[in-house]
Amino acid sequence: MTALTAPRPGDAAANSPEPYLVVEDLTVKFPTENGLVNAVTGLSYSLELGKTLGIVGESGSGKSVSSMAVLGLHDEKRSRIQGSIRVGGTEIIGLSQKRLNQMRGNDVAMIFQDALAALHPFYRVGDQLVEAFALHHPSASKRDARKKAIEALDRVGIPQPDSRVDDFPHQFSGGMRQRVMIAMGLINSPNLLIADEPTTALDVTVQAQILDLLQDLQREFNSAIIMITHDLGVIAEMADDVLVMYAGRAVEYGSCKEILSHPEMPYTWGLLSSVPDVTASTDSRLIPIPGTPPSLLDPPTGCAFHPRCLHKDKVPGNLCSTELPMLTPGRHQGHLKRCHLADSDAIYVQEVLPEFDPGLAAELADTTTDDEAPR
Amino acid sequence: MSDETPDARAALDATDDPGELAEITGDVIEQIQASVTEPHAPSELDPTRPPILEVENLRMYFPVKSGGVIRRTIGQVQAVDGISFQVPAGGALGLVGESGCGKSTTGRLITRLYTPTGGSIRFGEKGEHDLVKLSNREMKPLRQDVQMIFQDPYSSLNPRHTVGTIVGAPLIVHNVVPKNQVLNRVQQLLEVVGLNPEHYNRYPSEFSGGQRQRIGIARALALQPKLLVADEPVSALDVSIQAQVINLLQDLQKEFDIAFLFIAHDLAVVRHFCPEVAVMYLGKIVEIGDRETLYARPHHPYTQALLSAVPDVKQAVIGGRRERIRLEGDVPSPINPPSGCRFRTRCSLAKEICAKVEPPLMQIGKRHKVACHFAAELGQAPARPVTADLLGVDDQGNTTSGPVTPISTQPGYADDWIDLDARV
Repeated sequence: MTALTAPRPGDAAANSPEPYLVVEDLTVKFPTENGLVNAVTGLSYSLELGKTLGIVGESGSGKSVSSMAVLGLHDEKRSRIQGSIRVGGTEIIGLSQKRLNQMRGNDVAMIFQDALAALHPFYRVGDQLVEAFALHHPSASKRDARKKAIEALDRVGIPQPDSRVDDFPHQFSGGMRQRVMIAMGLINSPNLLIADEPTTALDVTVQAQILDLLQDLQREFNSAIIMITHDLGVIAEMADDVLVMYAGRAVEYGSCKEILSHPEMPYTWGLLSSVPDVTASTDSRLIPIPGTPPSLLDPPTGCAFHPRCLHKDKVPGNLCSTELPMLTPGRHQGHLKRCHLADSDAIYVQEVLPEFDPGLAAELADTTTDDEAPR
Repeated sequence: MSDETPDARAALDATDDPGELAEITGDVIEQIQASVTEPHAPSELDPTRPPILEVENLRMYFPVKSGGVIRRTIGQVQAVDGISFQVPAGGALGLVGESGCGKSTTGRLITRLYTPTGGSIRFGEKGEHDLVKLSNREMKPLRQDVQMIFQDPYSSLNPRHTVGTIVGAPLIVHNVVPKNQVLNRVQQLLEVVGLNPEHYNRYPSEFSGGQRQRIGIARALALQPKLLVADEPVSALDVSIQAQVINLLQDLQKEFDIAFLFIAHDLAVVRHFCPEVAVMYLGKIVEIGDRETLYARPHHPYTQALLSAVPDVKQAVIGGRRERIRLEGDVPSPINPPSGCRFRTRCSLAKEICAKVEPPLMQIGKRHKVACHFAAELGQAPARPVTADLLGVDDQGNTTSGPVTPISTQPGYADDWIDLDARV
């Protein structure tokens, strides 16, 4: 096995056709006045149609930058991108603007976080939807395009779409604007939808509506979804696979259930233990991750997480601060982790989990009572 | 002075000059800094403490003006419409609800950033001050005791002032420490919230979001308040930083005996920080109670829907999926709220009576109040309204000659309550 065939997140059996989206060894750097920002380093993953990949990380972990690269949204003059991104077999990096424009919105669409900023305040919602449609359907008549826009609004659950189509973005509430963004993203039935924190600015009830909507639409169109978020709850509801990013690198990858129940990277433990849960027992405790995320101008040596890691003394020597751990297979097949800890699952189950959620720890230990109804 | 009052507050009260502040000793600083990264259990309720804040029938109507030269008032936004609650001294009450439900307005009313339309806000352990009746001048000495932490750590700090100026401003305005000791005091405060005291002459732009929020907390702590209104104090922060700030707030609460009104939309954070929680919808409190009851056995359909909408990490671990209650549509406009129960337009239980009669906030448990005609645990809604006999109306909400049972609108809890199980 050579370095080139090292395990890659999302790799299926060797002989199956290539997944719809393949990102290989993606590196994005931005030269700035203060030096080179290593926004994304050596990121690889793949995603098949009909599946949802959740990307989790704090601000500055490179989750948005890597997804914007999939759409070719980085200015060539202001960024240095290496590696390979293939969407449906087409290489994105180095593709001409003309070809990129044909793909954007048609094959790959994006839902942005702040719908108020992403929609043009001077144009009617309908006209913005029509523009997105007409760009990829030059032969469609104006009337057809408008009909399509109304249909799209109806599909995302906006009441009275034939009158709301002539409203301006400010006349919609936050949840409705996010629906308009989704309608715009889906109007050309793209195969890949990138949702960048689509529900972060919304209330929980509206968030639930939007997540349900995305799932319904995914079932209908069999599209692939990349869900970028910092909310592990949203990941738990939506994702099939999870990619955890820290300081521009993938630090853990696996199926959603595997990552949330048997995480093997201390950063993921920290994310889980620092968020209170509405259903956890009331003796659950909150354990913060000490310190702050590192500067990407000058990332720490070795494992980027080591200055904040509570478990680095369990690794012999000062391996954590001197050597970058590789992405190695974890407990199960398809589970990858970037950590020097030898027996990290045992540490999690025996030390970390009982500390922040004794109830869940007992439940996991006692696997026989699995049929207890969750509430 | 009761025995459990921590030292910091006792020292403050012992000084002759009311303006003088207690010394923050090195021990206190060390203790807080050592414990912030430790695991923190949820806050506990101490039912023996008297309320420091008692809000009764608080109302805030914002006028809606017409366009044109003569701007007549053509309507009112009923942002907060008759809410009552108590915050125990040294305790915490959580206010949750969707955006536009009036929770932030409530916070701003208590700090008197707005002048309420009506009601009363009694402050102090004996309820000696009614903040509604005070003029701005009379309010000033009390502002020492009621401070606020804002949501956005970017817009709530003046970008052209140094951290020292920002944190020192309340000390100078209230003239509580001699001018030459302001810097000393600021450095102590910065140390308490876990910032480097040498950084007092830096500007906010030189700090990260979490550090900026700490600056805002240091400013709020400067006058050693008795009540802190925290308006979404962690929602603008990264996940890993959120827990640090929550733990810091919990430590400060214990150390300085500060009561919190904790306003947030994140139900899980509120559950961790507040032993008691009030749920607001369209300017009214629909359910209020202690944490255990409210989260485990919510009786209002809105609380049930809110809780079911919270994404749950645990379900992915254990498997299975909770049934989610879908709320259709958006929150109605507070300019023209629905008649009767304000939640009825989105409620699956709504019947005729809900449109005709407004459900009162009635006490149904030791520390549990709910405002619903069909109050019950999820899936066990009664066939006929539980309130009909109490309000002197029939099941459809028409007035009858039946007796009307008075329902207390007092904040706080009574010793006897309406037992729903016995009535059905």
